[in-house]
Amino acid sequence: MSLLGLATFRHGVHPDEHKEATEDLRIERMPFVRSYVLPLGQHGGKPAKPVVRVGQSVLRGELIAAADGFVSTCLHAPVDGRVTAIDRRRHPNGALVEAIEIEADAFSPQTVREGEPLDVDVMPREQFVAEVQRAGLVGLGGAAFPAHVKYALPEGRKVRELVINGCECEPYLTCDHRTMVERPAAVVRGVRILARQLGVERSTIGVEANKPDAVEVLRAAIGDDPQVRVVPLEVKYPQGAEKMLIKAIFGVEVPAGKLPLDIEMVVNNVGTMASLADWFDRRVPLIERVVTVAGPGIERPANLLVPVGTPVGEVLRQAGGLSQDTREVVMGGPMMGQSLASLDVPVLKGTSGLLAFTAQETAHPNEYACLKCGRCLDACANFLNPSRLARLSKAGRHAELEQAFVMDCMECGACSFACPSNIPIVQLIRASKSAIRSRRARS
Amino acid sequence: MSARHPLVVQTAPFLHAALSTPRLMREVALAAVPVLAAATWFFGITALLVVGAATLGAVGAERTFGPRSATLPRGRSLRDFSAVLTGILLGLTLPPGIPLWMAFVGGAVSICLGKLVWGGLGHNLFNPALVGRAFLQAAFPTTLTAWVPHTNGDELLVLRSSTFAWPLMQAHIDGLTAATPLARLKFEGHTEAWDALLLGNISGSLGETSAIVLIVCGLVLVWRRAFDWRIPAAILLTVAVVSGVLWGIDSTRYGSPLFMLLSGGLLFGTVFMATDPVSSPATPRGAWIFGIGVGVLVVLIRVWGGLPEGVMYAILLMNAATPLIERIAQPRPFGRGRTT
Repeated sequence: MSLLGLATFRHGVHPDEHKEATEDLRIERMPFVRSYVLPLGQHGGKPAKPVVRVGQSVLRGELIAAADGFVSTCLHAPVDGRVTAIDRRRHPNGALVEAIEIEADAFSPQTVREGEPLDVDVMPREQFVAEVQRAGLVGLGGAAFPAHVKYALPEGRKVRELVINGCECEPYLTCDHRTMVERPAAVVRGVRILARQLGVERSTIGVEANKPDAVEVLRAAIGDDPQVRVVPLEVKYPQGAEKMLIKAIFGVEVPAGKLPLDIEMVVNNVGTMASLADWFDRRVPLIERVVTVAGPGIERPANLLVPVGTPVGEVLRQAGGLSQDTREVVMGGPMMGQSLASLDVPVLKGTSGLLAFTAQETAHPNEYACLKCGRCLDACANFLNPSRLARLSKAGRHAELEQAFVMDCMECGACSFACPSNIPIVQLIRASKSAIRSRRARS
Repeated sequence: MSARHPLVVQTAPFLHAALSTPRLMREVALAAVPVLAAATWFFGITALLVVGAATLGAVGAERTFGPRSATLPRGRSLRDFSAVLTGILLGLTLPPGIPLWMAFVGGAVSICLGKLVWGGLGHNLFNPALVGRAFLQAAFPTTLTAWVPHTNGDELLVLRSSTFAWPLMQAHIDGLTAATPLARLKFEGHTEAWDALLLGNISGSLGETSAIVLIVCGLVLVWRRAFDWRIPAAILLTVAVVSGVLWGIDSTRYGSPLFMLLSGGLLFGTVFMATDPVSSPATPRGAWIFGIGVGVLVVLIRVWGGLPEGVMYAILLMNAATPLIERIAQPRPFGRGRTT
């Protein structure tokens, strides 16, 4: 508990929120553009398998690639149009990956085809999981892990608490905020569907206290249902991390190396809940998502409802384009996102934001020696010793790094944010972790 | 849409807290200004000269011997402001009558032996300013323990002849010398009035005499989160408890806890020396162990040691123990070791 009396986890940082530019802007629909690129691997797990041919016409919402195995999910056409290529295209992370390219039908009204609602109340668990996979649903909080995987409980496992993440602790981003404010009924409906299927008695939506309007409308949408509650949380990064959110609400720690499910909890993002409701009530798969376009380099910041596969450049153009002094474009939040080398890459299912930064934010600050001031220790929500991990990483001492629990690091970047000597702590740790992982894979 | 410039590609996080290391150093140096002002009031303009000479020695050594490479021109390391801070802090630990050349040498030794030989800022085991002072105390024991009386602003502009002793010449501390309160307790069995200790009109090292100024500066630094509050808290609590027990046993032989807290270099060392992050443990539990160790050693040296004062050696000894403390006092990682 903090001094304000609001629940939170321990440690963490307080970056400036920078949400004022977009938090009160209604979600606008991104106009349809000429062509779309849909990488088959939109998510963690195995890429989907194409079920369309080049030249084939597709309808908006039609399946274009099917899940390949269990940890994989489906992909749908975001527009009426024609498949123009199934080939390698640039992924936002820089790699060349298999993707389906669709040219939009310029004469189509691009209406969404809705279907009859599914009766989830009588649906067996296996069918529910298969339906979620058919919807192409992934976690919309950023990690984009296939959503149905979390819902397929292993034999004998049960879920006690359903936790819904409405923290949006990354600065600048307001897509979840706007989704909660503008679609509270869909969010709550998604929560109820999932709660019923998982057999939980109580669901908790955690919302940071800088979104009082979201708390209010969600509570109104819930009404007097005792099974769903909204808990306002102190504003702190990285509260949206699953384990930190659970710690904030329930005060318990998910054991290191374990999942929330191991303590009978499931955590989901609010946007995922709205999309879940869209599939079961309207039969609309995940073909578009809300993207916050903001940052000092953006002329007209906005919350846009963007079809998956829209080129980043087109989205930025819709937001008034980049200012003259833009130096860097980031996909995702400023704490955990990735900077783009090219604007000719598509928006993915997991794209929560597009941020443009100018020379002022991208200036590389001087790095000074580590003073062991301890600010990174106070920042680390995982209670590691980032200063020591950075030092060991520089020396390449992998055995000691593993003993110091480097693999527990969730790479939230709070340490690098806090370091007064500007040491790229999380970057060093990330490199060590990947070196350790590849050595483990070899042996 | 194409960018007008090639895009920069960096890795997250893309945001950064405003606080920087040079700013942190400057804040601590700024907090030392009221201490320097008090020193000037009680010991005259020589206080400024001594601190200036020590700072000049430190900065000169950093500029001459500091790290440099193809990408790092000579003197660049001065920008982190740590050499200036070391010089100021060393100067404030010196006796008012010390010759300027000794203060200068002390500043240079602080940087060279206290910091650079270890690999520069962040790598030193000991507090650099205290290394410089320990060197001076070993090299010039009589000068370092000759205390001139305080003057309370009466002789603000009077210069002492010892201040300007020729380099390599032993200083003749002119006039009367006055014992510090701790020396009087140790050798004469007499304790000072607490109001004098609080205000600072007693003899002692330049920066250590005025308890009230040090307490205020320390609180400001804690409020600014310039250092880990646990270290000063642990030191002061330990000194109070240990000396309180001794005082309870025999109040005629041992000083009261209040006397022990306010006298000598304890407050100065606690606020400005023990809290040096480089030479103290970074982990919260480590900070407690470190502070308790310093507190116990201070009382041990003061009560049973040959010297009247022991703050410097107490801190240096605990500096040496810091890597060991950090080994046993790492934080407990989230989700490990405790049942949920």
